[in-house]
Amino acid sequence: MAKAVRILVAKPGLDGHDRGAKYIARALKDAGYEVIYTGIRQTPESIVVTAIQEDVDFVGLSLLSGAHNELFPKVVELLREKDASDIIVFGGGVIPTEDIPFLKEKGIEAVFTQGTPIKEITDFIEKRLEK
Amino acid sequence: MSEYKTINEKKADWEESTLKKVLDRFPEQQEEFVTGSGHPVERLYLPSGISEEEYIEKIGFPGEYPYTRGVQPTMYRGRFWTMRQYAGFGTAEESNQRYKYLLEQGQTGLSIAFDLPTQIGYDSDDSMSEGEVGKVGVAIDSLKDMEILFEGIPLDKVSTSMTINAPAAVLLAMYIAVAEKQGVTRDKLRGTIQNDILKEYIARGTYIFPPAPSMRLINNIFEFCSKEVPKWNTISISGYHIREAGSTAVQEIAFTIADGIEYVRNAIGVGLDVDSFAGRLSFFFNAHNDLLEEVAKYRAARRIWARVMKEKFNAKKEKSMMMRFHTQTGGSTLTAQQPDNNIVRVTIQTLAAVLGGTQSLHTNSRDEALALPSQESVMIALRTQQIVANESGVTSTIDPLAGSYYIEALTDRIASEAWDYIEKIETMGGMVKAIEKGYVQKEIQDSAYRYQRDVEDGNRIVVGVNKFTVEEEPPKGLLKVDPSLRTVQVEKLARVKGERDNVAVTASLKALKKGAETEDENLMPLILDAVKKYATLGEISGILREVFGEFQESIVL
Repeated sequence: MAKAVRILVAKPGLDGHDRGAKYIARALKDAGYEVIYTGIRQTPESIVVTAIQEDVDFVGLSLLSGAHNELFPKVVELLREKDASDIIVFGGGVIPTEDIPFLKEKGIEAVFTQGTPIKEITDFIEKRLEK
Repeated sequence: MSEYKTINEKKADWEESTLKKVLDRFPEQQEEFVTGSGHPVERLYLPSGISEEEYIEKIGFPGEYPYTRGVQPTMYRGRFWTMRQYAGFGTAEESNQRYKYLLEQGQTGLSIAFDLPTQIGYDSDDSMSEGEVGKVGVAIDSLKDMEILFEGIPLDKVSTSMTINAPAAVLLAMYIAVAEKQGVTRDKLRGTIQNDILKEYIARGTYIFPPAPSMRLINNIFEFCSKEVPKWNTISISGYHIREAGSTAVQEIAFTIADGIEYVRNAIGVGLDVDSFAGRLSFFFNAHNDLLEEVAKYRAARRIWARVMKEKFNAKKEKSMMMRFHTQTGGSTLTAQQPDNNIVRVTIQTLAAVLGGTQSLHTNSRDEALALPSQESVMIALRTQQIVANESGVTSTIDPLAGSYYIEALTDRIASEAWDYIEKIETMGGMVKAIEKGYVQKEIQDSAYRYQRDVEDGNRIVVGVNKFTVEEEPPKGLLKVDPSLRTVQVEKLARVKGERDNVAVTASLKALKKGAETEDENLMPLILDAVKKYATLGEISGILREVFGEFQESIVL
């Protein structure tokens, strides 16, 4: 039997807007993945520790305060430092379109903004698993 | 003489003849119609046959118990609501400019947005503040920043609302200190601190300390203000964020009132007289797109609160029973797609708040699903309020939707369902217990999940998102906060620390620590003293963290 796909849904930064993160976590769980949700106010360091400890395949970052350009790339960097760059990072929240190319360049493989249907996220996950 | 038929008999006839004929040929668009919160809506509402006695008991007159029709006897015929745009970003200097602009545009009150480090009690140079300084509001580290923030704004002339919770005592102390430097005495200050920690645990997330010491700080503020700052609203018990987290309209008012009950019970528990503080309690609600459900919600909330204060807490003063509230239009209803459509949504929500009898209102800007609002968008949002106030005519009579069969039925239904929730939470031992069990969070999450599923399945239409979509160019002209701002703020903080009397700061923090370790000392005077010595927000919160510990979220999925 294939190993179940594990996803960490994490909230870096200080904002408490967890409606989106919790929805995604629950919807991904309903879609058959194993999902861990960190809760709010996580530092990039603690997210990376959890991701490695929990042996996840994906990390989904949610942020609505505007600190994504600082904090999302930091998670990718720290994963690399810990030899865990096989963990795939994606993100979402209130992210202006013009910031997306920068985030992708920094290794956030996909950015899902407000109103994205869950299917787009599961399609991304499935496609990424094929690679 | 024609044969007399009751309304119900007539209704049965109508259903059999007129209605059936049409339904057979043209079925309705949906099998079931529901409100924005998902509650069933009937095809047609009819006179309820309310007696005069019931009218007086449940609906009554404006400015009189149970305040269903409003808290003032003349409502907007006397004075419009306070138009208060929530604003703040970057440094105190930039925010000061925005406040002056808003006041010039006819805004009648200030509403301060603080950045997240400020809201959670971290200075800008703290490692936890990385990426967040000045992002969602203004960064305040010490009294110095607060002096700049209100430079040239006479604090005896404006009323100021501050969205600050866990460190509310510190920011209030800073506000008092700035006022005194301007020569304005405490008794003249008007405004509000949000100071509502329970909804932070439930929905908003900017808590610091565990419930018990947090409730103590709130009691300290109630007591201090009742004596020293009598015109200050000491708390804004907020349903806004509960709704933003995805609750229904019923849950919004039920959980907010249950929070209110907990605050009142706690304050009475430490010996405060209910009528000494209850008149300064204020509320804060959301306004969503289902216009009529929202109007009924506000009416029901006033009715329930009046009853709670009178029957449960034996309040005697009328002011103690009046639910005065601020409203903000619903942030989560805004779409990033076709953002100009948000102007229309905000207009509907403004009407809801006004038809529901709000005391003050913030209207969101069209671009807030994308970024902080631009100056132009903020002006449109403010103009929306001014148009509703001056041109729509809905302000000319009090509670104009009263007596609508639907509105009255909906008001009754919302009140009764909210009451069931309130009683359930009381049986669980009150709101703190209900939060610790994760009950409230779970109820909200289930509603949020249902809503989002409905949108994804297309059972609920969101224009521009899952229907009537278009290909769009990325929006231009969004407000960006300069990322170098943290450096500027950190340098300013270092200067303050270099110039202040550090011996005096250490002494004041020591005194605060000692006070916090006792259970019965009011911490407000000690905090005020530390603030005046330019002790920073992070230092003061840090001392309290040492004594009180920090709250740990229990994750409910």
